Amino acid sequence: MSDTIEAGLHIESVVRADAPPAIVMEKVNKWFGALHVLRDVTLNVALGERVVVCGPSGSGKSTLIRCINRLEQHQEGRIVVEGMELTDDLRSLDAIRREVGMVFQSFNLFPHLTVLENCTLAPIWVRKMPKAEAEALGMEYLERVKIPEQAKKYPGQLSGGQQQRVAIARALCMKPKIMLFDEPTSALDPEMIKEVLDTMVGLAATGMTMVCVTHEMGFARQVADRVVFMDRGEIVESGTPTEMFETPRTDRLKLFLSQILRGH
Amino acid sequence: MSDITLGTPAVPLAAPERTPPVLVAGPLAWARQNLFSGWISTAVTLALGYLIITRAISFIDWAFLNAIWVVPGGNQTQVCRDMKGIGACWAVITEKHRFILFGTYPYDEQWRPALACLVFVGLYIVSAMRRFWRKELALIWVGALAIIGVLMWGGVLGLSFVPQERWGGLPITLILSTFGLAFAFPLAIMVALGRRSKMPAIKMLCVLYVELIRGVPLISLLFMASVMFPLFLPDGMNIDKLLRAQVAIILFAGAYLAEVVRAGLQALPKGQYEAADAMGLSYWQKTAFIVLPQALKMVIPPLVNTFIGFFKDTSLVLIIGIFDLLTAGKTAIVEPAWQGFGIEVYVFVGVIYFIFCYAMSKYSQGLEAELNNRRR
Amino acid sequence: MSSTTDPRLLRRPPKKGIRISWADERFRAIIWQILIVGVVVAVVWWLVRNTQHNLEVRRIATGFGFLQREAGLPIAESLIDYTPQDTYLTALMVGVLNTLKVAVVGVILATILGTIMGIARLSKNWLVAKLAGVYVEVIRDLPLLLQLLFWYTILQSLPGPRQAMNPVEGVFLSNRGLKLPWIEWEAAHQSAMWVFVAGCVALWAVRRMQRKSQDADGQQRALWPWALGFLVAAPVAVWAAMGAPWVGDMPALRGFNFRGGLTISPEYFALLIGLVTYTAGFIAEIVRAGILAVHTGQWEAAEATGMRRPQVLKLIVLPQALRVIIPPMTSQFLNLTKNSSLAVAIGYQDIVSIANTTLNQTGQAIEGIAIIMGVYLTISLSISLFMNWYNAKIALVER
Repeated sequence: MSDTIEAGLHIESVVRADAPPAIVMEKVNKWFGALHVLRDVTLNVALGERVVVCGPSGSGKSTLIRCINRLEQHQEGRIVVEGMELTDDLRSLDAIRREVGMVFQSFNLFPHLTVLENCTLAPIWVRKMPKAEAEALGMEYLERVKIPEQAKKYPGQLSGGQQQRVAIARALCMKPKIMLFDEPTSALDPEMIKEVLDTMVGLAATGMTMVCVTHEMGFARQVADRVVFMDRGEIVESGTPTEMFETPRTDRLKLFLSQILRGH
Repeated sequence: MSDITLGTPAVPLAAPERTPPVLVAGPLAWARQNLFSGWISTAVTLALGYLIITRAISFIDWAFLNAIWVVPGGNQTQVCRDMKGIGACWAVITEKHRFILFGTYPYDEQWRPALACLVFVGLYIVSAMRRFWRKELALIWVGALAIIGVLMWGGVLGLSFVPQERWGGLPITLILSTFGLAFAFPLAIMVALGRRSKMPAIKMLCVLYVELIRGVPLISLLFMASVMFPLFLPDGMNIDKLLRAQVAIILFAGAYLAEVVRAGLQALPKGQYEAADAMGLSYWQKTAFIVLPQALKMVIPPLVNTFIGFFKDTSLVLIIGIFDLLTAGKTAIVEPAWQGFGIEVYVFVGVIYFIFCYAMSKYSQGLEAELNNRRR
Repeated sequence: MSSTTDPRLLRRPPKKGIRISWADERFRAIIWQILIVGVVVAVVWWLVRNTQHNLEVRRIATGFGFLQREAGLPIAESLIDYTPQDTYLTALMVGVLNTLKVAVVGVILATILGTIMGIARLSKNWLVAKLAGVYVEVIRDLPLLLQLLFWYTILQSLPGPRQAMNPVEGVFLSNRGLKLPWIEWEAAHQSAMWVFVAGCVALWAVRRMQRKSQDADGQQRALWPWALGFLVAAPVAVWAAMGAPWVGDMPALRGFNFRGGLTISPEYFALLIGLVTYTAGFIAEIVRAGILAVHTGQWEAAEATGMRRPQVLKLIVLPQALRVIIPPMTSQFLNLTKNSSLAVAIGYQDIVSIANTTLNQTGQAIEGIAIIMGVYLTISLSISLFMNWYNAKIALVER
């Protein structure tokens, strides 16, 4: 856990409880073969809400957020994103992928395309945007993540932290309403974690709805409206960062917190 | 080795900059290390060296010093026969090279197949250059193949018409391999994608095709093309033998290339597919923009190696009587006057094949080294 | 996981139905498959209809009845008794055996030569490495068919039997092929051979037992005395006990040709040289890559634990190298077998050559080609299955 982000600088919440929720998950179940990886997961995320999901490895947290943009298909229960239910219907799938941006642990930039091309590919082919407009948009977001000067380079020429910031810009270029982060800093060297977290904090300040799988507790304290703790495919406990970290109720969360605190 | 220090006087204390001792670097040291590093190595070097030198001398005697380059009258080969085993009879090449290279193409028009071969070579060189790896390359291919068609057939632009039966030699070899690749490659990509598809029926069809073709020798496909294809087609529909052989070669090449492409598809990290999915790209957009550009780039060296294989394998059409380079060479020595000079002809034909294959293989090795160096 | 008493842990994923809608992925997949399979079936059906029609017009009867007819086709060399009065079936059997004869011997020799060349390429002696490199490069860049014709031409341009080359007593090389001394094959030799085979099995059993005892008490036991006994002493003893017959069958010139001895025909010889040298070029590269694939760190790590070099080679390096070598080696064995079909170009009567003659004589084109393809598919499949089994076995040994 990096202590680069001071606790106490909490970003003002912009949760709009009056608006319809951005994500609704009701009794979601998923199996890998016979392995039950999500068990009756129920989670609502309001528009503008920032949720941090944590838990030990293998607890199903990655699977949970991968279900939200249907990289994994849930088998039971209901997931509604932006008012659209996720079904086998390919039309709803296309619509949801357009509204939900995702950042991966291993960046997954396209190594054969330049940084700018990485950003403009989806706007051009999915949003059917004219090329010039897409490039202007791409540059705008690259400036937002503070690397416009790297636009013509290839991902392989960039550091890990820079690559992950490009990945964030790439996802933002689709003008998503929701952003998913799947352990965005786990593959980074310690000195690069801060630049990525800073970018994410900046994004949070714009009022973006965010669901973030991370172990960065400093980030959770600063940004999260709510922390969700998962273990063995279930949501064990959830609450504000202060509640969760200072007065954990379940033994499982206490154990988890003691383990990650000892680890650092 | 390291305690032999000649030439450089030992400087006490700080002595960082010294030229290496003579026997550690330099040609003598090299020879000592690489040729005479022990008594076994020395013995092997000497024995092999002796063999190489004596062989080389007798080869030079045969191929150059005692060789006969022209015979009187163009077919008085008695001079050659007298020198059999002592000197090569290169006169057979002097006399027959136009036939070997261009077959029975009308003699006065043979500049046309020659030019077509040059266009082919130019096409290969352009395709090999990274600078041209763009969409325009497909247009260059279409253009070049059209020019070759016009040159070979004629009938337009004041060129006299030459029927396909008269074509032969090197152009046939180049046509079979180049057209084979041009058509087999898209086929291979579709089959490779199909083999990785989630749809069981399509996957099975592709597996069946690839495994059946790879399980049988090319000859059996060529036989099929020459004796069975005519039975497959309805009355009145006839395709000539060259085209039938071409179809067999395309089907054959398609199966092998598909496996190479599939290896590239498999080597692509899963995250690339996921990132493309998460961005909302459709299957074909994902395949065209993300998957194929990366997968194909990874397998260029094995693709070139496979192509070398096809280039050599086109020589098998000899068995069904199509007039390629090797068949032309074999036919050139059928004439009684030239019988018995097979070695010379095969050396000549071999040199031509070798030039093409060696160039391709060096290119693929260079590319492989480059890709390995830049691997992230 | 734990706490299995919780009934929810035993839940199984539900089954889902398919909606009849273009927006349903599985429905779409089914339609695509029906479409593509339909097109393929339609094309095949069209080809079959055309073929049936053409066969009727040309009055060709289909079927394999012709196999029982008299072949009347002479075959120069055969592993089983054959005369032109035999049936086509027998002739084709001869062809299959001839193919196997060249493939089996070719695979063994190519592996030996290829391994030598692959190791030679890594030799510290520059001359050896360079020569092996040149060999590999040249042999791989020339068409096999050209090489076969080249070797055949060389063998044919050798002097006739009367002026045959005679490098060693009893060995003659002429345009009639290679003649080697052989022995009169008698019951004693037959028995000795069987004892040898039985010895191999016994040796394998002893090795297993030694492994078991080593697992139990840690003692290492030597295998070589057993090998000597089973593979050398026992067969020799049996042969000696049966009278130790040793009648040499020396080839000798009688009139215009040789009599006696073992004959290797120029066709077989040229095919074998061509296939072996060509395939060895590819095997050399595979062996080299396999050796290079084992990181030097593995040698160092193993020697640091105190193992001796032969042990390191046997226990650490070879298992890892073989894992890299075996899959491409399998395809080279398959290639050699398929390439043996080029025999038809130099007149060695393998299955392709005999089936081709058969289909020309009988007009049974479809059946002829089906036989060729069937034979090769069977051989390919058998080699693949065997190598997969072997590969799985050494993969297990690794663990």
